[in-house]
Amino acid sequence: MNLQGRKIQVHDMSLRDGMHPKQHQITVEQMVEIAVAMDEAGIPLIEVTHGDGLGGASVNYGFPAASDQEYLTAVCKAVKKTRVSALLLPGIGTVDHLKMAVDCGISTIRVATHCTEADVSEQHISMAAQISGLDTVGFLMMAHMIPAEELVVQLKLMESYGANCVYITDSAGYMLPDDVTSRIALARKELKPETELGFHGHHNLGMGIANSLAAVEAGATRIDGSLAGLGAGAGNTPLEVFLAVCDRMGVETGVDLFKAMDVAEDLIVPLMDHMVRVDRDSLTLGWAGVYSSFLLFAKRSAAKYGLSARDILVELGRRRTVGGQEDMIEDLAMDMARARDSA
Amino acid sequence: MSKKIRAAIIGPGNIGTDLLMKAMRSEVIEPVWMVGVDPDSPGLARARDMGIKTTCEGVDGLVPHMREDNIQICFDATSAYVHADNSRKVNAEGAVMVDLTPAAIGPFCVPPVNLKDAVAERAMNVNMVTCGGQATIPMVAAVSRVQAVSYGEIVATVSSRSVGPGTRKNIDEFTRTTAKGVELIGGAQKGKAIIVINPAEPPLIMRDTIHCLTVDDPDQEAITRSVHEMVAEVQKYVPGYTLKNGPTFDGKRVSIYMEVAGLGDFLPRYAGNLDIMTAAGLRTAEMYAEEILAGRFVPAAA
Repeated sequence: MNLQGRKIQVHDMSLRDGMHPKQHQITVEQMVEIAVAMDEAGIPLIEVTHGDGLGGASVNYGFPAASDQEYLTAVCKAVKKTRVSALLLPGIGTVDHLKMAVDCGISTIRVATHCTEADVSEQHISMAAQISGLDTVGFLMMAHMIPAEELVVQLKLMESYGANCVYITDSAGYMLPDDVTSRIALARKELKPETELGFHGHHNLGMGIANSLAAVEAGATRIDGSLAGLGAGAGNTPLEVFLAVCDRMGVETGVDLFKAMDVAEDLIVPLMDHMVRVDRDSLTLGWAGVYSSFLLFAKRSAAKYGLSARDILVELGRRRTVGGQEDMIEDLAMDMARARDSA
Repeated sequence: MSKKIRAAIIGPGNIGTDLLMKAMRSEVIEPVWMVGVDPDSPGLARARDMGIKTTCEGVDGLVPHMREDNIQICFDATSAYVHADNSRKVNAEGAVMVDLTPAAIGPFCVPPVNLKDAVAERAMNVNMVTCGGQATIPMVAAVSRVQAVSYGEIVATVSSRSVGPGTRKNIDEFTRTTAKGVELIGGAQKGKAIIVINPAEPPLIMRDTIHCLTVDDPDQEAITRSVHEMVAEVQKYVPGYTLKNGPTFDGKRVSIYMEVAGLGDFLPRYAGNLDIMTAAGLRTAEMYAEEILAGRFVPAAA
């Protein structure tokens, strides 16, 4: 693979996707400290929101240590060169949240839907596209669930609403490099040349780096990752590892590799409540194609009802659950416990 | 044949047609008109086949016939954008408007919770909140009638096939209106609503999760009894309203897991979210009709 001279933009997820393994308990002070260190390392773009995006504060997904407004205000003020993005899932957050985040000083809004449901983002993307200077990104989650041809139809919808960049998102960490290549390559062929393409990976099958490289080769110019992999499931593409590989391959990211390594080691790893890694449950997410943030919910329900988290996750995959259905997990666990007890 | 109150349905789409099929079975409502705007509408053709008068000239095509046909109740199954106009026109002819759109210009009505109040107020326009609201607000109310609820949150998961283009274009309206209904009718001090759309095939039956945070420790026995009683109330007009799990208790959190299957009249069974709207709309109209038939209420132009 020859990627020599390619220029890409990396986007760090630690302070948004990383909220999942932290059960949304990262404090404002911790966020500011990490954001400032990432700024110094030259990371161009970082995401800051509740793990489930703006308005995610809920019983269903978890109440965070501070509000989105508090996080965004503090981080946007603290960084100099680094720009800040927020995530919004229609059905959870609304355009009111979007406006609030813009007022806090974000540069980028990412509007995320399940891969087949892009049309619910029209309201949010078209409003964002009208806000002067706002980088507007469409984000199709669980993109492994439909073939490239169908995915491109959905990406085109987001493009038609006004997104200047669209993402193929491997929320379950299920994709293999060829899956990424076929999807990104077809999108690159079919979308407008000025529309940027991005890839968001999870490391559940250990494919975060390989998949991100495949994405770059096929035409993606934005790659998500998180330092030390702090993210849902087995984490996102570990960003410092990806940066080192980019360096070796001559891909230009503009990030200071050693500083990025230091942020990962000195600030992110000590923050972890548990080692974010490929264990049997996060591996099951990737193997069964399950939304990565289901991991801790399945572990908790498994403990509460005396079940195996792996069994719960496999069943959630079999039922083709989608992102946001966290409420299904305890419901399913109760059904499974009842079936076991009556057997 | 016992006396019935005559009604018109505005909007011959999926919802309007399903409502018509339910209304044909009513003991107290007689559907007389179906109103559309497209002469080639399959919904109008279906209504004609069922012996219903139709017009393709919108509400303006209905208005000249309302007095002579004694239309006292209208259902609006169109869209929020045109609802206010429709409502004004039929109210002027002395008919009550049952609003199945998200326009919400009249008071919210969730039949087992506040239908009696809405009818007692003699409101000439009542709004059916949202599908998620109809499916979940009774459960919030079942908890809040036992003890104070500081926070009510609902998660509605619906099949992709059951979510129409109107809802998709303005999904924020669903979350906002439902959250407001959780507060105003459900009785939670603060409400939140989440909707998740799932494209799985075969389509999944509507699922709803209701989380309430009680102010004091929950009275588990009283809440459990109240929830079961409320489920039975909703089942009177939506037989497929099923308590799957719960109520479960975790500290001050009360969680209730529901599944809502429809009757499968015109809409498929999995689309319980749409069925509960048409069933609630009809139930509301029937209660008005009973009041009118008993001589306790004479709807009149304001």
